[in-house]
Amino acid sequence: MLEKNEKLNIEEILKDLENYRPKRRGWHWREEQGKQVYGEFEYHQASKPLKNSCPLPAAKSFGYIDPQPDCVITTEIASGRFEDDIRRMRMAAWHGADHIMVIRTAGQSHYDGLIEGTPEGVGGVPISRKQVRATRKALDIIEEEVGRPINFHSYVSGVAGPDIAVMFAEEGVNGAHQDPQYNVLYRNINMVRSFVDAAVAKKIMAFADMVQIDGAHNANATAMKGWKVMPELMVQHAINCAYSKMVGMKPQNIALSTVPPTAPPAPCLRIDLPYAVALRELFKDYKMRAQMNTKYMESCTREATVTHVLNLLISRLTRADIQSTITPDEGRNVPWHYNNIHAINTAKQALIGMDGLLEMVELKKDGYLREKVRELKERAVLFMEEILEVGGYFKAVELGFFVDSGMYPERNGDGIARQINGGIGAGTVVERDKDYMAPVCEHFGYNNLPEGIEKACDLIDGCTFCKPEKIVFIDELDENDNVNRRLKETENLRHSTEIKPEVEWCGDGIVSTTIFLPVEERVAEFAAMEIGKKMGLEDVIVIHKQVMQPAEGTLVEIKGRVPFTIDVSKLEIPKKPDVLSDEEIRKEIERKPMKVVAATVGEDEHSVGLREVIDIKHGGIEKYGIECLYLGTSCPVEKLVDAAIEYNADAILASTIITHNDVHIKNMKKIHELCIEKGVRDKLILCAGGTQVTDEIAKSAGMDGGFGRGTKGNDVASFLVKRRREMENYEG
Amino acid sequence: MAVKRPDDFEIRRQHLKNLSDEELENRFWQLAEEIVKPLVELAYTHTSPAVERSVLLRMGFSSIEAKAIVEGVQNLGLLGKGAGNVVYRLAKKKNIPIREAGLLLVEGKAWDEVPGLF
Repeated sequence: MLEKNEKLNIEEILKDLENYRPKRRGWHWREEQGKQVYGEFEYHQASKPLKNSCPLPAAKSFGYIDPQPDCVITTEIASGRFEDDIRRMRMAAWHGADHIMVIRTAGQSHYDGLIEGTPEGVGGVPISRKQVRATRKALDIIEEEVGRPINFHSYVSGVAGPDIAVMFAEEGVNGAHQDPQYNVLYRNINMVRSFVDAAVAKKIMAFADMVQIDGAHNANATAMKGWKVMPELMVQHAINCAYSKMVGMKPQNIALSTVPPTAPPAPCLRIDLPYAVALRELFKDYKMRAQMNTKYMESCTREATVTHVLNLLISRLTRADIQSTITPDEGRNVPWHYNNIHAINTAKQALIGMDGLLEMVELKKDGYLREKVRELKERAVLFMEEILEVGGYFKAVELGFFVDSGMYPERNGDGIARQINGGIGAGTVVERDKDYMAPVCEHFGYNNLPEGIEKACDLIDGCTFCKPEKIVFIDELDENDNVNRRLKETENLRHSTEIKPEVEWCGDGIVSTTIFLPVEERVAEFAAMEIGKKMGLEDVIVIHKQVMQPAEGTLVEIKGRVPFTIDVSKLEIPKKPDVLSDEEIRKEIERKPMKVVAATVGEDEHSVGLREVIDIKHGGIEKYGIECLYLGTSCPVEKLVDAAIEYNADAILASTIITHNDVHIKNMKKIHELCIEKGVRDKLILCAGGTQVTDEIAKSAGMDGGFGRGTKGNDVASFLVKRRREMENYEG
Repeated sequence: MAVKRPDDFEIRRQHLKNLSDEELENRFWQLAEEIVKPLVELAYTHTSPAVERSVLLRMGFSSIEAKAIVEGVQNLGLLGKGAGNVVYRLAKKKNIPIREAGLLLVEGKAWDEVPGLF
């Protein structure tokens, strides 16, 4: 098993790939859904904990618990280089994603056959057997590490749907988008071809126990007004569900891709909630894959996150079996590593925060909500009635029924119309002859097998579904465009001590900077790019701008590349102080109370740092139960030492900021010497702190420990507890 | 041609308004099934180059081999017999393994024997 501080070894994953077989087949739902106890809380919509994970930042105050919601959480990762994506998949899995969706490279749906090898993709990854197998192999390692199976997902669409379905079934892909309507409407693939291919593909997916997600959400993203297509969306879902079920898929493996159609500033819940309720009532036997809204995303990541949290509220108020996530940067660039993580955490955080919501509130059973739900269902029924009236689905597509900007039955005459004999792959479908035969398993449709043959592949001594050793693996076809070539280019960054920032690909060098400029928008945009250049960045681009006030200023975010590498072996990294856990410190103070006296010494009026280290309000040492006698600022060292004796303190904390003439060092030495003089040096722990103080300086001036900039209460408390233990051992 | 019309929902819904929610939902699913039934029948009785490639993949041919065989079968107008069937019958006739028969076709050989297989 992979060690948590060990990187995924890409070369190792690519090695011996021709013989790799996936560990399992089929979709995995989260286990032990329902009640779970994490730390001191009981959850009602949670699932089995992970073995290894990264909890939310605030988990620090809750014993580092990382409660996992009940539904599967999706993240989409497809930068164009799968070898970089698999590292991001590991990060995603550690934050709680168990459904990894890989978008295909631009144009793959029009590729008549399988792509082979590992060419670089544009806007996605070319889905080939090698890329799928390598990714599945990596996910097999990662799922073992986090302790939860990971669902791998891509697309069974385009003009090679059945080919891809076979390859996915063979390679252990667990879920896929499959919806012939998507081909027809958005990819202009011939409608007859799309439906004939879809039946075969779906039957194979059913055999592989894959979960299918439909493509209806695209209508929302394509329509001029996303909320006008709600009746049509239900019709599209129904067509794909009914078709899939009729060709042999189980309803529990069929998921609707549904997205709340609108976003603020629209009153989105008033529109999205009735729609979500209507959908879940009509499709109660099917799974809900709740997608987040993409249509109304701009470049502001904060705005996107709020919209997505409202989407999550809909999920919790209704139902989501698979909660998809959209990265908050999708409105500005191809998603970056850490924005996948932000999106996953938005889902995890909101779902866990709303745990058990419907035990406390309920949706109204009358009034506006019910009226709207009913209206939407009726509109959808009317839509289907008219499809049949005009002569069926194909005729309706020819007449431009779908993605019209009017809320059905209103029609604006601007729908997407396709012709039955048009589109890619037109005229390629033929009728199966009487003696048509296919000697393989899981084949949909008429199959004239010889008499006495029950299992089709007995005719050929087994098909690849029964004998996976028959699968033919193609390695590379293009000697220039492949993973080995790309890995060679980044070898130095992967196998040395040199590093470069990255957001997508190893060594891309991209960093972003947030800048506020007190000028109007357009000036700010150009000024920000100039600032980026002066900072030494290359290829500077503005990725977000937002007016704060037309005259007073603009917020701009830029990205650019750094042209250098950093050699981490040459960095001087001070040793990290060994800090005890809060609980351990508290226990130690409970066992034996501790008192300290503290002051800013000499002619020094700076008290902020010391107060932060002491005050309970700032997380200072008081919170552990350490008693503190604070003597204030400009305290003479004699007074400080006398107070320690009188108060019977365990320690002295002296703050000293001013360094003129090395007065800070002189003060430390004086405290040390005074303590010796008064015979208490071996009973007292002496600590000094200040912006110019280091542990080394303090120790050489006679102190036990020194604390510099950025010291927190737990650093000092840890030190005091540990030092006291040492002194006890010494005495003992 | 695509039509333009105002929202006449109130007029159109008259036959639905008295249905119970359950009746409305049943109607929804009846209509959906009625729409897809002819599509499923179409798929049941038809095939395509992609469908036939998927058969050859399952028979143990690579994507490149499958593509070449299907194109040859298409050129002979025999896709309706099934590309897998072509390979199967050729192997039977020549009494050679399935894979060997398919590779002959991939190499452009034995195509003259194919029409005689049916």
